[in-house]
Amino acid sequence: MLLITCPHCGPRAELEFSYGGEAHIARPVDPASLDDDSWAVFLFERSNPRGVHAERWRHLHGCGRFFNVLRDTVSDTIVASYPAGQPRPALSPDGKGTTR
Amino acid sequence: MSDLAIRANSLGSLASTIRNIPSATLAVLPDTAKLVFRGRPAAVDVAGRAFGVALPQEACRFSAKGDRAAYWCGPDEWLLQAGGEAPAALFASLDAALAGQSCSLVDVSHRSDAIALSGPEAAYILNHGCPLDLSLRTFPVGMCTRTILGKATIMLSRPAPEIFHIDVGRSFARYVWQLLDEARGEFA
Amino acid sequence: MSGRFRTPSGGRVDRDKPVRFSFDGKSYQGVAGDTLASALLANGVHLVGRSFKYHRPRGIVTAGSDEPNALVGVGADDAHYTPNMRATQIEIHEGLVAESQNRWPSLGFDVGAVNEVFAPFLSAGFYYKTFMWPPAAWKKIYEPLIRRAAGLGRAPAKPDTDRYTQVYAHCDVLVIGAGPAGLAAALAASAIGAKVFLCDEQAEMGGSLLSEKTTTIDGLLADDWTARTLAALAARANVMLMPRTTAFGWYPHNFLGLCERITDHLAKADPKLPRERLWQVRAKEVVLATGALERPLVFPDNDRPGIMMAEAARIYANRFGVVPGETAVIFAACDSAYRAALDLKAAGVAVAAIADLRTAPGGVWVDRARAAGMEVREATVVTGTSGRLRIDSVNLGKLGTDGRVGSSETIACDLLLMSGGFTPSVHLFSQSRGKLVYDEALRAFLPGTSVERERSVGACRGILDLEAVLNDGTVGGSGAAQAAGFAGAANRAFAVDSDSVGSDGFIGVTPHGGDPSRTRAWIDFQNDVTENDVRLAIREGFRSIEHVKRYTTTGMATDQGKTSNMNALGLVSQTLEIPVPRVGLTTFRPPYTPMTFGIFAGQSRGELFDPLRETPIHEWAAAQGAVFEDVGLWRRAHYFPQPGEDMHAAVARECKATRQAVGIFDGSTLGKIEVVGKDAAELLNRIYTNAWTRLEPGRLRYGVMLREEGFVMDDGVVARMAPDRFHITTTTGGASRVLAMMEDYIQTEWPDLDVWLTSTTEEWAVIAVQGPLSRKVLEPLVEGIDLSREAMPHMSVREGKICGVPTRLFRVSFTGELGFEVNVPAGYGRAVWEAIFTAGQAYGITPYGTETMHVLRAEKGFIIVGQETDGTVTPDDCGLGWAIGKAKKDFVGKRSLARPAMTAGDRKQLVGLLTVDPKTVLEVGAQVVADPDQPIPMTMLGHVTSSYWSATLDRSIALALVRGGRARIGTRLSVPMPDGPIAVQPVEPVFYDSKGARLDV
Repeated sequence: MLLITCPHCGPRAELEFSYGGEAHIARPVDPASLDDDSWAVFLFERSNPRGVHAERWRHLHGCGRFFNVLRDTVSDTIVASYPAGQPRPALSPDGKGTTR
Repeated sequence: MSDLAIRANSLGSLASTIRNIPSATLAVLPDTAKLVFRGRPAAVDVAGRAFGVALPQEACRFSAKGDRAAYWCGPDEWLLQAGGEAPAALFASLDAALAGQSCSLVDVSHRSDAIALSGPEAAYILNHGCPLDLSLRTFPVGMCTRTILGKATIMLSRPAPEIFHIDVGRSFARYVWQLLDEARGEFA
Repeated sequence: MSGRFRTPSGGRVDRDKPVRFSFDGKSYQGVAGDTLASALLANGVHLVGRSFKYHRPRGIVTAGSDEPNALVGVGADDAHYTPNMRATQIEIHEGLVAESQNRWPSLGFDVGAVNEVFAPFLSAGFYYKTFMWPPAAWKKIYEPLIRRAAGLGRAPAKPDTDRYTQVYAHCDVLVIGAGPAGLAAALAASAIGAKVFLCDEQAEMGGSLLSEKTTTIDGLLADDWTARTLAALAARANVMLMPRTTAFGWYPHNFLGLCERITDHLAKADPKLPRERLWQVRAKEVVLATGALERPLVFPDNDRPGIMMAEAARIYANRFGVVPGETAVIFAACDSAYRAALDLKAAGVAVAAIADLRTAPGGVWVDRARAAGMEVREATVVTGTSGRLRIDSVNLGKLGTDGRVGSSETIACDLLLMSGGFTPSVHLFSQSRGKLVYDEALRAFLPGTSVERERSVGACRGILDLEAVLNDGTVGGSGAAQAAGFAGAANRAFAVDSDSVGSDGFIGVTPHGGDPSRTRAWIDFQNDVTENDVRLAIREGFRSIEHVKRYTTTGMATDQGKTSNMNALGLVSQTLEIPVPRVGLTTFRPPYTPMTFGIFAGQSRGELFDPLRETPIHEWAAAQGAVFEDVGLWRRAHYFPQPGEDMHAAVARECKATRQAVGIFDGSTLGKIEVVGKDAAELLNRIYTNAWTRLEPGRLRYGVMLREEGFVMDDGVVARMAPDRFHITTTTGGASRVLAMMEDYIQTEWPDLDVWLTSTTEEWAVIAVQGPLSRKVLEPLVEGIDLSREAMPHMSVREGKICGVPTRLFRVSFTGELGFEVNVPAGYGRAVWEAIFTAGQAYGITPYGTETMHVLRAEKGFIIVGQETDGTVTPDDCGLGWAIGKAKKDFVGKRSLARPAMTAGDRKQLVGLLTVDPKTVLEVGAQVVADPDQPIPMTMLGHVTSSYWSATLDRSIALALVRGGRARIGTRLSVPMPDGPIAVQPVEPVFYDSKGARLDV
């Protein structure tokens, strides 16, 4: 069971959270202006990386907030956790932390 | 018909047959008026002043004055609780004070029931289903948080080192009560 | 007397406390401190089981959890029976009942041993080769036969009556293994303040120290040092000692599963105590001190009872005061076997010979053995053994410099002790996803790069010398505490007086000179895998150890190859002549040892399996005799049968009463959310397909919401209580999903909106009062609300009081009749319900359940999300095209509705179905086709989503999703069923009062 750091409540057991898919995929401001292919990309296409993945979690059984996490999909190591709306932090050269 | 006379607590029937286990005592807490306040930062102070208890800015903390207490639930959400008061009157007074503010006030007095678990084994019993580290170092007196107990969501707070309060949605209250009662059977 | 193989003194057992137990129906006596294995050995019993495939007689091989053979079933009755327990781990107690497994009719004479005759057919991969033809025979003949013949143990036939608990716990440093390394680590970590858990799978802590006789640590005998250390640890408030506790699984972020066995060792357990407790531990740091396991040697006929690990024999002699035989031959690849030989000799066992695989063994241990008069044969191997139910002799052969095995010599014995050296226990490290590295000198995989916050100390990382082990434990323990945030260090070094046994060893199959296809040298005892099986797999082209494992099943038994993995690997490496690391190592997975089902179920059984959510009106319905159904976690009244009524009759009566007079229904499970803020209407505009801006306070509107992909997600009635306050309702099952989706958009896409959500599902009890007389029932009960047609039209809401308590009173109908939904605070729900029910008696008020609710809504063609929709249905598909706000620029899902596939003409559309025979009721889920005479597989047009008997219409009705359905109205379709096709007519999906005249009253 992962130990996920909620930006508001601190480290909590994965049980308290719900997963929200890949982060930083903003809903287009004017969906009608997108052609079918672009809209399909927004709906369905995800990066699914082997390695550090920016993903959304919600502290559902906690403060209720959505936030983002950088998690290594190979090791499950969580590199960073930051509030929704903030840009994705840059990784430090060793990949084990962020430059912030 | 008088308001409070017919109000039913979902734990009423269970609490009447409770076992006496001093190391982990279970009790039903009295009904209270409960409101959820959510809003922009500017409205938070107004709400605190109107309520008479400042809404904690620190995450996962509650503050209390007399029979009133304000629990931090999230960065824009607090549970305001008042013992022995009529929900409608409390709502009306706060709603009036908050007129024009960017916020929401909702009466949830009947949404949940509350249980006290106390005694030297209270934390150990709670850990039968609650994944939090309940040592005083990480869950001090004055802390509150929503969390999990088994398959239910609860609002957990610690008013004293060996006392926990559990606020739980009324349809989950029986399950939570029975889960805790089963676990503390070890000390019967 | 506790058995004739009990030594007169010594060891950690209490000879003054006899304990009687039974094994295979025979009564034996052991003493306090015995395991089942040591007590049986004390009584001269070696034969304890039959092997998995060939039913070979098998004896006790080890003294620990790595035991491959001595699996027994324990329990006096089926409610307390556990199969596949290791005799080496079972502490005996008065009255213990154990039995051997996999034998019939008895352990000594086992019919299944006839499999030996068929051994040539049961080699690796026999499943895939022998039973290929004819195909039909597989399921009917071969599989049942194999299933009966194979397998270990039997499942108990009765429910487990024991109690199991699960508890979460947190510590700074979790030390796994309480041998010398673990004890030193726990001492060091706790000395500087860390909260330490120290667990060990054995009843007594101390590990290898418990079988040391002369070794001293800091001048104290090992026993005394261990006792003092444990006392010191127990006295520290920041230490929890957890004996009988197996760390069996490592899950991400230092979350570990520990199984504590609490009552199994007790003759009379306190009934309050759980049998086992699952500790779910989150540790800041983990110290692995899991030690090392002795490796068997692989040689022909190495599986007879009486052949055991040298170190195990030493443990039985030194710790349990049991000698496992009278005359021993030792087969050694390392010095530790000499240490065992010396201790056994001291305990009274004659050592006939030591066969040493090594060409020129030397050093202190070899010298001591020689000095003690033991015959040491250099470069000598075991080429075979004999004895049916117990070994009676050993054949030795001289190993030539060319690798050939020379002349053979036979030595009589009743005990053959073997040692191939030690394999570090890296199971948990590997579970933590750490990378293993192969150490050529030690012939072992050792912990390499860590992934989790952990460190290994002592033998599990290849350090075998006791002094070095203790000091490694100290460094590891204080390092872990420091990493967990504690300052300081325990600077102490231990002084040990004992001689090292070095690190020699062997992996693979020892040279034996025999034809591998005719000899049987066992690699995996538990799964009956031989040298020949592995060679066969290699000949057939398997190279990776992962493939060899699956083909031969080596390492796949309940012991996960604790004693066999390295030898299988060694053999593959020998045969293919490639280095071990290139052969690879199989993955270790939880659990480390088999676990009971009970510990994973924990308290989640019976009433506590799932929360059972009941409405405030539940107990009233139960008292009325309602039959309930589960809807998600909710328990809802399904129907209210009167004496003599079945469901059909009850539902028919409830439907008629509601259509003709008045019915009362508990709708409290409906999801409810209060949406408040000046942008509340704007949020609803964006979330729902409908338009909300112009909905006036006091009015209701039915709303539909989509997922961004354009499919219907949920629906419900929304009340506008004030310009900035909405009370929305959702489906019973959709409440949390809808709240989560709305929160998601507010928090992450539109944080600028001034709107907040609060779940009010549990705040309100909802009492639906439906039917032409509903107004008459409610009118006298309300205060401050005018219920008249003019003052309160259909789809409106009023606030006031009912029965003296506050209410949000909806005029709304899911039945097609005049109706109201009375929302009151949940604590008043029961009282208000009863007041309405009493007031309604004069009008024949009838309680109805979810079945009648479904029939009534189906008669009106109202959909139920999740029944008429399945995640692939657009609003237009299910007839809700009218609910889409065409003028709205955007809402969630709108863009997707314009994708070509969403507007295609042949999409499945909601229609009504009327059976040509009105008495036939269709089955929900049945397929709809155009022509029932077409060849199979037929072209399926859709399926029935809802189907009921309508008492009101005196005929059956159904709803269906049918490809291009609306264009098929007026045609004839068919529903093929096993008893023949059913002719149906597609119709408009509203069967009753299609003009809605009954609402406008």
